[in-house]
Amino acid sequence: MSSLLRNQKVRNALLQLLYVGSIAALVLAGVVIARRNLAEQGITSGFDFLFKSTGWDVNFTLLPATANDPYWWFFLIGITNTLFLGTVGLMLATIVGTIVGLARTSSNELAQLLGRTYVDIFRNIPLILQVFFWYALITHLPTPRAAHEAWGFLLTSRGLYIPFPNVGGGTMALALFALLAAIALPLWLGRTSQLSQAIGQRRGIQFAGAAAALACAAIILAIGRLPDAPFIDFPALQGLNLRGGLRIPPEFSALAIAIAIYGGSYIAEIVRGGFQSVGKGQMEAALSLGLSPWRVFTLVRLPLALRAMLPILANQYVWLMKATTMGIAVGFTDFFMIVALTINHSGQTLEVIGILMAGFLAINLSLAALFNRLNKAIALKGNQLRG
Amino acid sequence: MEIVAPPAPGKLKDLRRRFFATPLQAVMSLISLAIMAFIVWKLLNWAVFSAVFTTSGGPEACQAAAGACWSVIAARWRIIFFGLYPYEEQWRSALACVAVVVMTVLSCIPAFWTGRRIALVWGVGTTVFYVLMKGGVLGLPFVGEEAWGGLALTLFIFVTTCLIGFPLAICLALLRRSELPWISRTTGLIIDGVRSLPLISILFTFAIVLPFALPQWLQGDKLYRVILGSALFFSAYQAEIVRGGMQGVAKGQEEAAMALGMRYWQRIGRILLPQAMRNALPATINQFVISFKETSLVVIVGFFEILASGNAAHGTGEWRFAYVEVYAFIAFIYFVFVFSLSRYGAFLERRMSVSER
Repeated sequence: MSSLLRNQKVRNALLQLLYVGSIAALVLAGVVIARRNLAEQGITSGFDFLFKSTGWDVNFTLLPATANDPYWWFFLIGITNTLFLGTVGLMLATIVGTIVGLARTSSNELAQLLGRTYVDIFRNIPLILQVFFWYALITHLPTPRAAHEAWGFLLTSRGLYIPFPNVGGGTMALALFALLAAIALPLWLGRTSQLSQAIGQRRGIQFAGAAAALACAAIILAIGRLPDAPFIDFPALQGLNLRGGLRIPPEFSALAIAIAIYGGSYIAEIVRGGFQSVGKGQMEAALSLGLSPWRVFTLVRLPLALRAMLPILANQYVWLMKATTMGIAVGFTDFFMIVALTINHSGQTLEVIGILMAGFLAINLSLAALFNRLNKAIALKGNQLRG
Repeated sequence: MEIVAPPAPGKLKDLRRRFFATPLQAVMSLISLAIMAFIVWKLLNWAVFSAVFTTSGGPEACQAAAGACWSVIAARWRIIFFGLYPYEEQWRSALACVAVVVMTVLSCIPAFWTGRRIALVWGVGTTVFYVLMKGGVLGLPFVGEEAWGGLALTLFIFVTTCLIGFPLAICLALLRRSELPWISRTTGLIIDGVRSLPLISILFTFAIVLPFALPQWLQGDKLYRVILGSALFFSAYQAEIVRGGMQGVAKGQEEAAMALGMRYWQRIGRILLPQAMRNALPATINQFVISFKETSLVVIVGFFEILASGNAAHGTGEWRFAYVEVYAFIAFIYFVFVFSLSRYGAFLERRMSVSER
């Protein structure tokens, strides 16, 4: 026996078995105890509860929802809310971050100072404090009766009201998709190798593509508009409340603003790092070829900086996507808040925690896969790699 | 021939060269200047010139003023800093915060950067903090954890998170680089699993769900469960930082130690870890900064740390309007801690990049 223990291979195998076994035993023990405790409270395990109706309501949803809908539908709503808030927050944060980051790398010292002050202040205040602050600020705005008004937009304590086309949700989604195509199509047309024209001489085709997509959007809106109603719905006071238009609830705007400002300060640093990593020689070479400063920026500096930024930016995006869970602090029904509410109401603790983990794993993995593809697509290839 | 120094550039010329060299530069300077002047003026006007600083007028006089109402801080600073801690004992809470600050400053001094000294500083500091807060010995009246609050609770969660999380991180990093495939794979799964979850969901699980999965005698106080969760989260991130530092240590170092006949723990403790920690130092400080900011998330599972006590300070009746001032004050407290820590990190990074050349 002792000679067997002295054998390196046997010892290693035993060690691994012990490690994996003890972790598995811990997890298993936890699950067994939890099932017993839950059974004592009359909760049977299993995923049947997913098909029962919830009996409670959500305060923000992009999909139709009533209190009679089953739990699985509510989880779907939670995920779409998380993704929607995350996407809006990421886009705003990227815009803020790009502006501040460019200010920090500009040759103007005053702009640099402005950018640095922004980053230093907002990076060093916890995100949740910023969420609380914006939420308090918005809910302390005047009531609908005394709303701040500008160009049909209304700022009230119940949210921001904006004029909105009088169309259904599905039509709006289709129209947005067409608008997105209007941006993406010219970019694709400019780069693809499937056209006979040389790259750089495709202005006409690009314009035609964008115009066609825009026309599609207009046609979709025209077909989908509700009959006998004005095309654009302006919010207006009716009794004590506002009717019409699109209401952006305070929870959503507070979270989106906070994520934009906080995330922007992080993205600004990534943008700055990316631009600083571009060798000075590259720009000098481009200038000596006679390119104008603007073309040096768009053809040399920006593409090279983008390649340096993208991997770090991907990490930051994943982080910001997880930050949408702050929704629970102000009562925005994101995925995590739906999970917490479900645990409260149904008591199916173990299953719901499993769904939570699976949901975030899926979100993280798909974001990572997306950015890996993007990274591969823009990576330097072949001869470009020669510094 | 006499050598003549070039004429020293005048102040005005210097300014012109720096800010108005080209028309584009001039426009950018002017725009930046305008933005700065606008913000600074608005901020100063709100925070200083039109602000109310005394409590004499009460909330009504304060609300009528055009600027900030700092009297809410003057009236409520105790609840912000100390939460629900008993009034007569609040000096203990303050002293405990000072102990943590002293401990942090001491561990920033390179003379304390050996494993034993840093452990001593943190051990003594945390004990002092705990004894002061909890009492029950040395004639101090007993104060249970449920009464702790404000800044002291924030610092307590931060310090204990680091204290548990750091050794755990080193263990996880060592296990992940183990040569035994099943050990490294399982550890990798745990680390990546924790990293893919948001901290709030982990805190929520530890605070509310874990009691179901534990036998009665193992449940412990909710505060300690939450600290355990936050330490687990911290260690998952820190383990990757330590592992990165270990990868930066040349392979020859460990091989040389092996050739000298050093045992595993000697190799790790004397050769690998000191060099790995040095490589990982800037990222580690960054992780400390992040985890200090993230202590504020415990407000969601119902703790009375500084953010929640701030909410309470403006949440009641007469000070309801003064939320901006309270949040600004709390933001300032966070800023002081986080900014000094991150500046220190930047200083270290510069210092180390110089000494490496």
